[in-house]
Formats: sequence, structure tokens, C-alpha cells
Amino acid sequence: MKSDSAQLICESLACERGGRQVFSDVSFAVPAGEALIVTGRNGSGKSTLLRVIAGLLRAAAGRIELSGGVDEASVAEQAHYLGHLDAAKPSLTVAENLQFWARFLGAPPAAPLEPALEAVELATLADLPAAYLSAGQRRRLSIARLLAVKRPVWLLDEPTSALDTQSQGRLAAFMRDHLAGGGIIVAATHGPIGLDHPRELKMGIGR
Amino acid sequence: MTAFTSLLLRDMRLATRVGGGALMGALFYFVVVSMIPFAIGPDLNLLARIGPAVLWIGALLASLLALDRLFASDHDDGSLDLLTMGALPLELTVAAKAIAHWLTTALPLIVITPVLGLMLNVDMNAMGYVALTLLAGTPALTFIGLIGAALSVTLRRGGLLMAILVLPLTVPVLIFGVAAANAAIVGPAPFGPPFTILCALSLASFVLGPFAAAAALRQGQE
Repeated sequence: MKSDSAQLICESLACERGGRQVFSDVSFAVPAGEALIVTGRNGSGKSTLLRVIAGLLRAAAGRIELSGGVDEASVAEQAHYLGHLDAAKPSLTVAENLQFWARFLGAPPAAPLEPALEAVELATLADLPAAYLSAGQRRRLSIARLLAVKRPVWLLDEPTSALDTQSQGRLAAFMRDHLAGGGIIVAATHGPIGLDHPRELKMGIGR
Repeated sequence: MTAFTSLLLRDMRLATRVGGGALMGALFYFVVVSMIPFAIGPDLNLLARIGPAVLWIGALLASLLALDRLFASDHDDGSLDLLTMGALPLELTVAAKAIAHWLTTALPLIVITPVLGLMLNVDMNAMGYVALTLLAGTPALTFIGLIGAALSVTLRRGGLLMAILVLPLTVPVLIFGVAAANAAIVGPAPFGPPFTILCALSLASFVLGPFAAAAALRQGQE
């Protein structure tokens, strides 16, 4: 997947939205195999920071780099973004939703998707249209995407929301596996997400 | 290329499933065109003369109908975020969506056009020409509309704004489309020149539309 020297580096990032500075001068580096937990109050810019790293918002200043990654690919192309929305189409079945994202985001065409569906306990619902899923099940479908396509950086925005205790435990196991495989996690969260000794970044000091 | 074809197939599948826009466009076209004889009255010569123009206006409105949801539905459920994070350049991503939209919305219109021609007293031979001009011209409508769809993506009631933005831009397509159809049916002007310009408009918008739409989407990320 990547060499052990991989490192996600953000240098003096700043972001403005609607003419208001959301945050400025945010710097951190996360080496391979480590997780960064972004904490802070509502509106302190946790989600915005993740969206900036994912390339979904433009940074007003600063630099984002994945050293040791694939040179010609942007950070966004090497990252998974798990946001508040689940990107599941109601009229497609669970399997079709996952298959589309796996193909689109670059899984090998022959790769089977059943293991990912089984890992999030949706294998029995594979042929059900996503419209009939509960919020937690849709979330698990999103998480299956992270497992089906290998990307070194996971950007997780409130990953445990809508998940029951058992699913939260499974998610924590997925995250530990990802880190053990040399992955990088940046997660915005209010509560503990079941990782041992993550680094922490507190947002919203300069508000 | 897997990403491109998988997006194309996914959008076509969505359009043909429940709640998709594929059948709606064709039905809307059918309804609009069949209203005209009621409004104009049973003057067969008049209907035959304005038939190609009516069919073109109907096709124009029908192809805009589902277009406003092209990006808005992906924006609303978070899919658009992930689409921009793929390795596929955004220009190709929007092109795949536009091609899927054309195949599911515009192509059915062209297929049912000969049937609608009967209602407007346009003879079968002439219908072939009208369908041909629609085949050559509707890609321009889709790819020009693509820009409007991308510009209005974050607006709640983007559909109306999109129609206002896009319809004026489609005037050249309308002029040359109807001119080519009329040239083929009543003459005396030759069919070739307006038809060639129509093809040129489609090809140009096929190239420019995805770039403009991708730029509009990137701008909309603020």
C-alpha cells in the first residue's frame, strides 16, 4: 500500500467560509500507523478541516502533503472521506451502491465485495434497496466502502454517529487494522472512538 | 476507464429505476407536443408547417426537465463529494453523467418523435429528418444544460434559475435545428449547411461543456 515513511503533513492551514475565518495556522503531521483525533466545540472547524484535507474545500493558506504516497496522485485521491452524508442512492441495492463506489474509487474490477459487506454485517441485506436501510445501516454501508477500496488516509467525521455499541466496536477494530497496516486516520469526534493513544488536535482556540 | 463506465452505468440505472427521470422526459415531451393541436386547432397545413418547430421546443423543454437534478441529487446525499475524490478528472466525471443523461432522457425523445409527428400532420419521410436533426442537436442541449446544472447545484430551487440561465444559450441550437428540419421538408434552402452547423454546435458543447461544468462545481465548493 505504501512505505512506512508515509506521513500526512499539514502546514499552517487556514480556511475562510462566507468571509469568516474558520481557523488559521493549523499545523500537524501524522506518520503512518498513527491516528489524529480532532476535538473542539461545535463550529470550531473540525469538519471544515477534514473537508479541506479531502480537497472538498479550498484552503485560504497552507500546504497539505502526503509524503511517501503516490507522487502523481493528490491527497484527495489517496484518502477516504466519511462525512455526515452517506452517499447511498435509495433506488440502488446495498450491493450496487457498494459496487459502484468501489469501482469508481479505484478498487480492482475483479475484487470481490462480499468480505466488506460481511465485515459490516450487511451481507444478508445485499439485495435490499438502500432506501429501506436505517441510519446506522447506511453508515455501515459507508464504512464498507473504506474496507473495499484501499486508500492510505481515512478522514472520518463523527464516524460513530448513528452506530450502536457493537458496530462502534467493529469500527474501532477496522481502524486498528488500518493503522496496523500502515494507514493514517484523522477523525473529528466528540467522544472516545476506541483507539489507544491517538494524537490529539484541539480546534477553536483562536475563535 | 472503469470509473467512467461504472459512473455511466450507475447514472443510467438510477434514471431508469423508480423516481428516475428517464420516462418522465419522454412523457412530458409527449404531453407538450400533443397539447399543441388542441391549442392551434385542426388546421392541418398550419400544423405541418410548424410541426418541426413544435417538436424542437418540446424536446428542448423535456431535456431540461430532469437536468436540474443531475448534480443536485448527488450534492444532497454527499455523493458529489466522493465523485470529486475519485482518480477520474472532474471533467470526465461530469461528461459521464451528461452522456448517461443524454442516453436516458434525449434518446427516448428521438425514438418517439416519429409517433408524435402523426399528431402534427408531418409526413413520415419528413419525420426522419426531424429525428435526425434532434439526434444531432440534443447533445448540444444536454452539454449546455450541464453548465447550468453545475452552476445551480447548491441552490435549493435551482431548477428555475437553471432554465433562465440555459435557455438563452440554446437559441442557436434551436435556430439551426429547426432550419435544418424545415430545409429538408419544404426547402428551398439546402439541408446541408444548417445541419452541419448543428453538428458543430453539438461537438463544440461536447468539448466545452464538461470543462465549464467542472469549473463551476469547483467554484461551488466554497
